[in-house]
Amino acid sequence: MANLTIEYKLNVFLVMLLVALPAIALILDEPFYITLATKVVILALAGVGLNLALGLGGLISFGHAAFFGIGGYVAGILASHSLNAELMFTLAEIEFQGSTNMLVIWPLALLVSALVALIIGYFSLRTKGVYFIMITLAFAQMIYYFAIAWPAYGGEDGLSIYVRNQFMGLNTLDPINFYGICFGLLMATLFLLSRLKNSHFGAALQAARQNEQRLAAVGIRPFGIKLTAFVISAMITALAGALFADLNRFVSPDMFSWHTSGEIMIFVILGGVGRLFGPVVGAGLFIVFEYYLGGLTEHWALFLGLVLLAVVLFARGGLVGLIAGEVKHD
Amino acid sequence: MTAILIFEQLLNGLQFGMMLFLMSAGLTLVFGVMGLINLAHGVLYMVGAFACAIIAGLTGSFWLGLLASLVAAAMAGALVEVGVIRKLYQRDHLDQVLATYALILIFSGATRWLFGAFPLYLDVPEILSAPVNLFGLLDYSSYRLFIIAVGITVALGLYFLIAKTRLGMRIRAGESDREMIAALGVDIRTLYTLVFALGAALAGLAGALLGALQSVEVGMGDSVLILAFVVIVIGGIGSIKGAFIGALLVGLVDTMGRFLLPYLFALVLPPDTAASIGGALSSVAIYILMAVILIVKPKGLIAANG
Repeated sequence: MANLTIEYKLNVFLVMLLVALPAIALILDEPFYITLATKVVILALAGVGLNLALGLGGLISFGHAAFFGIGGYVAGILASHSLNAELMFTLAEIEFQGSTNMLVIWPLALLVSALVALIIGYFSLRTKGVYFIMITLAFAQMIYYFAIAWPAYGGEDGLSIYVRNQFMGLNTLDPINFYGICFGLLMATLFLLSRLKNSHFGAALQAARQNEQRLAAVGIRPFGIKLTAFVISAMITALAGALFADLNRFVSPDMFSWHTSGEIMIFVILGGVGRLFGPVVGAGLFIVFEYYLGGLTEHWALFLGLVLLAVVLFARGGLVGLIAGEVKHD
Repeated sequence: MTAILIFEQLLNGLQFGMMLFLMSAGLTLVFGVMGLINLAHGVLYMVGAFACAIIAGLTGSFWLGLLASLVAAAMAGALVEVGVIRKLYQRDHLDQVLATYALILIFSGATRWLFGAFPLYLDVPEILSAPVNLFGLLDYSSYRLFIIAVGITVALGLYFLIAKTRLGMRIRAGESDREMIAALGVDIRTLYTLVFALGAALAGLAGALLGALQSVEVGMGDSVLILAFVVIVIGGIGSIKGAFIGALLVGLVDTMGRFLLPYLFALVLPPDTAASIGGALSSVAIYILMAVILIVKPKGLIAANG
């Protein structure tokens, strides 16, 4: 139990850090650091999504860029229709309009990503191990090339969102307000996941990772459990994608590329697989290193590589594992 | 569109497939024998291409460059295996993914540092620069025919090595039971280094051969790496025969898809739309192929070790 308390203290420290940093940036009048912190929080949220499938369920998805991109494109497409005052489409004589309201965009991003994840997961979960890694990659690549070739929404050039979307009358273009929204969503998601992990569903999911036969023997079909986890995981990453689109006010097919999938996975592994705050640590370290090394030398990728290599070789269980020790009851 | 044009595209597909085979043979061996997911395999392809371009540039001989690509990639492979990869065999796949991703960053960063961000150029050797006439029907690049020949030679050589030699026997034994082969007194560490260096050399060779058709630049291995993974997954991981079949399938489907799909769509759609939809679908064709194969056969076409 001693180790768990260290992790608990670490989590509390991280939350305080995420609250304090933008406040300090505000006092120092350095709004760019708030934007950097926002990027960390959004990418951490994407990682938190993947961590549910990967960490708890052992489902190594190399295709989460698909969901990240879907979230981004839902935001981008709705906003572009709304700003151009065009109809989206007409279905059964109901006219669907675009929207710049985050409270419309988010549920739609969750819905679309859930449907796509249901299809991808249904087929992918028939395979295991490396084959699962590759089939999820294949599906993401399909969507990537589709986004490049689909001319209606910018194709290869991507799509600009001219005004940041609205949230309950806040000025979302003010960095600190937008940071607050993203931070709030990250905290809410982490809270829900901490509850989920200790629920019946969470127990079943972890059992599915450890031993499917035993889970089946107590009367729970692993397939349904894993598919549910995959879908929820995709929805969280899609939400991050929608926020990322708003952060950059731009979406492009790059959001779907396998590099994006890889980076989200790196956040999770770097921070610590299956650790609640692992992706937060991972994304934070990755972005901070990328930013500072990028400022120091144009060969930052080389040094980032050396840091990552050192973490794998000498810090098993990621950074959270290094600080808080291994999970003993696993 | 004539039969000759189709024949030419088939040859292009074959050449692409052979290049993919050179890439995937090492990847599938390393996975099959050591159980390692090596994302850094594409880096060795880049190392081979750079070594070839530099030596060919210095000496003026493409063939010395080709030799240099084999040596440089094998040495880089052996170095990486002894320095880093060796510590990863007992780790889970995720640690391997992160570590080999880090290796990509390190090698790409170092290469960019040493040789700059501008691409190097590598010329096709003079003896292979003229097209040859095939059956009096079409003129075809003799260099591409050379790549096909190299691919077939390597495939036969690998078959001989794995099936007929003592080293091959040890590799196969290592694939099926590594504790047992170690208990029988085989130096498994050296065997692993050898296998890794062999796969690296083949990747380097592929990089050098393709370097003369494309530009030699940092990051050139990334897209090839993904294709090589598609190949070994389609073929069944660990199987050289599977990698050969997979490589041919991917090479042909990709090339023919890019060639035929726009034509087919043009029959029913206006030209603009046909070109863009056909183009998109042809980029996706191999991934659809892979998804369908995995849905039907979740362990690839040829499952290694039964």
